[in-house]
Amino acid sequence: MTTTEHAPKTSPEIGGLGHSVKRHEDARLIQGAGNFIDDIELPGMLYMAIVRSPWAHAALNAIDTSEAEAVEGVVAVVTGELLAQYDLAWMPTLSGDTQAVLATDKVRFQGQEVAAVIATDPYIAADGATKVIVDYDPIDPIVNPQQGLEPDAPIIRTDLEDKTDNVAYEWEAGDKAATDAAFAQADRIISLDTHYPRSHPSPLETCGIVADVNPATGEATLYMTSQAPHAHRTVFALVAGLPEQDIRIISPDLGGGFGNKVPVYPGYVIATAASLVIGKPVKWIETRTENLISTGFARDYHMHGELAVTNDGQILALKVDMLSDQGAFFADAQPTKFRAGLFHVVTGSYDYPAAYVSTKGVYTNKAPGGVAYRCSFRVTEASFLIERLVQNAAYELGLDPAEMRRKNFIQPDQFPYESATGFVYDSGDYETAMDKAMDIIGYDELREEQKRLRKEGKLLGIGMASFTEVVGAGPSKDYDILGLKMFDSAELRVHPTGKAILKLGVKSQGQGHETTFAQIVAEELGIPVTDIKVVEGDTDNTPYGLGTYGSRSTPVAGAATAVIARKLRDKAKLIAAHLLEASADDIEWDNPEFRVKGSPGSSVTIQDVAFAAYTNFPEGLEAGLEGVDYYDPPNMTYPFGTYIVAVDVDPDTGEWKVRRMVAVDDCGVKINPMIVDGQIAGGLTEGFAMASMQWITFDEGGNCIGSNYMDYLIPTAWETPRFEMAETVTPSPHHPIGAKGVGESATVGSPAAYVNAVIDALQHLGVTNIDMPVLPDRVWAALQE
Amino acid sequence: MEITVNINGTDYAADVAPRMLLVDFIRTEAGLTGTHIGCDTTSCGVCTVLVDDTPMKTCTMFAVQANGKSLTTVEGLKENGQLSPIQEAFKEEHGLQCGFCTPAMMLVGKAFIEENPNPSDDEVRWAISGNLCRCTGYVNIVKAIQTAGATVAAGSSQEAS
Repeated sequence: MTTTEHAPKTSPEIGGLGHSVKRHEDARLIQGAGNFIDDIELPGMLYMAIVRSPWAHAALNAIDTSEAEAVEGVVAVVTGELLAQYDLAWMPTLSGDTQAVLATDKVRFQGQEVAAVIATDPYIAADGATKVIVDYDPIDPIVNPQQGLEPDAPIIRTDLEDKTDNVAYEWEAGDKAATDAAFAQADRIISLDTHYPRSHPSPLETCGIVADVNPATGEATLYMTSQAPHAHRTVFALVAGLPEQDIRIISPDLGGGFGNKVPVYPGYVIATAASLVIGKPVKWIETRTENLISTGFARDYHMHGELAVTNDGQILALKVDMLSDQGAFFADAQPTKFRAGLFHVVTGSYDYPAAYVSTKGVYTNKAPGGVAYRCSFRVTEASFLIERLVQNAAYELGLDPAEMRRKNFIQPDQFPYESATGFVYDSGDYETAMDKAMDIIGYDELREEQKRLRKEGKLLGIGMASFTEVVGAGPSKDYDILGLKMFDSAELRVHPTGKAILKLGVKSQGQGHETTFAQIVAEELGIPVTDIKVVEGDTDNTPYGLGTYGSRSTPVAGAATAVIARKLRDKAKLIAAHLLEASADDIEWDNPEFRVKGSPGSSVTIQDVAFAAYTNFPEGLEAGLEGVDYYDPPNMTYPFGTYIVAVDVDPDTGEWKVRRMVAVDDCGVKINPMIVDGQIAGGLTEGFAMASMQWITFDEGGNCIGSNYMDYLIPTAWETPRFEMAETVTPSPHHPIGAKGVGESATVGSPAAYVNAVIDALQHLGVTNIDMPVLPDRVWAALQE
Repeated sequence: MEITVNINGTDYAADVAPRMLLVDFIRTEAGLTGTHIGCDTTSCGVCTVLVDDTPMKTCTMFAVQANGKSLTTVEGLKENGQLSPIQEAFKEEHGLQCGFCTPAMMLVGKAFIEENPNPSDDEVRWAISGNLCRCTGYVNIVKAIQTAGATVAAGSSQEAS
């Protein structure tokens, strides 16, 4: 079922689904009245600076803190040895590994936390940090996973008992025997080796905490840059042994997150421990360099893919072997069952019976992480690989890449479709989205122009990606993090005057939850969107939830919101029947009113009902109009789309410029089209960034080369391409409002489209691959070969 | 060092260390936290304010360099108690998501449209190329600045007639 029009059912005043309601959160943000982590000041607050390792790998001999302690204004210097006395030198990661809070035995990456200085002023804390003298004995660093697997490689995780290699995990999916059998039948095998480089989400606001442990009561109020405040509270309870009811995490306005604010970082734990010991609030705000060198990186997958095809372009099977560079600690936030995240969705938008995916994670002397940077658990890497493979297969078979896709798309009548690696795709119409994108960009004309230009020695490339994402983790039978099932929650209270407050377990970082979740309530209950306040990010005042990442807020918490609103509507109907002196069976809901069937004049509004819920409710019914829902999704959702990019490549310099970028997205039913388009434009830009410039790289000594914004390049408005966006709408059949989630589609789908475009410009010259970032010198070098 | 800096029409006098950065003076001495810190290296631009009407990045400027100067920060953007055209336009055009770069973007946009109220897409993009945004892909920031320019131009032509 695909429609291109989805007219709102409510009036603009109600502002339900489909209205581009202006955002509630903007009023404070455009007046400089947001409340970000660094804006929080508490009486008597102290400031923390962290001393970090200059070495990637070194034994830690001794730390001399005396000079630092002598600096006027320095209150304390915290070391791993001190933390160890409280059993806080190590902490669990969200992937079930352990990570050093402050190093005690050795340092395992450049930038690792070694000591912390607490002072009365942030400048003095930074001064103190320069006076901490640390004695190291360097060890040979391991700077890529291949090196880590060499037989004589030094063991990085000597802290783990009986660890004799650098393997962090091994994992597989699919059916190896069936895949091998299909490969034996293939006319051709197309293979591709590519590295999806290490990147960093790098929100413009870095991470930070204000830890306030009350010395009299022991209660800890932790203001933290957290995308998952409830899960973090539980981790804190486990790490610090504090009673969970005495921990309150408040995640204030977040200046972007993109996955960077999912993990628990050592700085949070050190500041909390310092506040606990000193008895005063302690603030720690990362510098940009700290953010880039030590907190959750993304990607860094070395992928080998093979596609078995027939001569007429039918895909028979896919084989993928992947090596992941995990850094020094396995600090991804993957669901427990899936060690490589949801990478096995690598079969993509195509129908074939067999696939086999083997993955191996390797410890290296680099920052830990593996966060999903605007990506649902490694789906970005998967989508990139299959879309690059299909494009290359088309060239090898002499087919147009669009035709290659058309021959292999899963068809609309095949949904729900079970993929060869076990995902059950909920709905899709891939060909319609592709046709629409081809139509908008004028695909056939561009191909004609490409032929003409080639004769003149000019290079025009047309690249495509027809991606499928898997988001909305997830059903409790398969999805948990550290054992916490990945449900989410919504608590809705309708006040006597008919205004409402909605409290959520998720946490916006700019996605506009205060507006979009109010729209879901408006759709279901008829309360105007401006009468609904949305509260998030305070563990004392919101129901438990797993947080915002992996495009899960709308699929999970959005569903919880719709379900609780419907439950309240059911109760409201009983009250309406009471007010209208009719049987509940005779009451029908016609947003925003309850009516008696067949009596047009007889109706009450939701506001009438809300007032009656507290003042005039029927006998036998509980007072009030409020409730909470914990939603366990029956399945994941599968947004999709087709992106087509046209680029002009300069053969003399290797520079490439995006001429057109057409994005057709299908995220199911849209709550707020304005916000959806805004998210897609942002994602297309971050996809362009990864394809063209963003890159956290290291030298052979393990020194991070992308440690500031002069070396880690982020596109400005000037470099950013212009986007032409369009939609198809294929609702999710299992989601209460048919929505699928959209925050990450464009980051997942677009890198392959950009890279495919550059390869398309060069493929007639024999170029089959250039790894990201596709820098001009790499293009130029490929042209020389 | 004793300095006096006028911010949004109010004088802030303080005895500051010579090394104090201007952005810290604005945020802690004046208590105006709408000006943010993003990169420490003059790269991202979220610390931009208007110094004597010119956009300046305050994370690599010392507070003492602003002695005697007049600054405008996001808190000073309102006009006669009402949202200014640039603020209205950022809301109307959905020119912000997380809102962290927004105060600086609005100040740069305001200074730019005073020079060029009817800019092309390219002209706006060049004007804001010293300021990064990670959420929006700049699309609606460009629109917002153009919309505000049109409002300002319409306002001044009304005044002229």
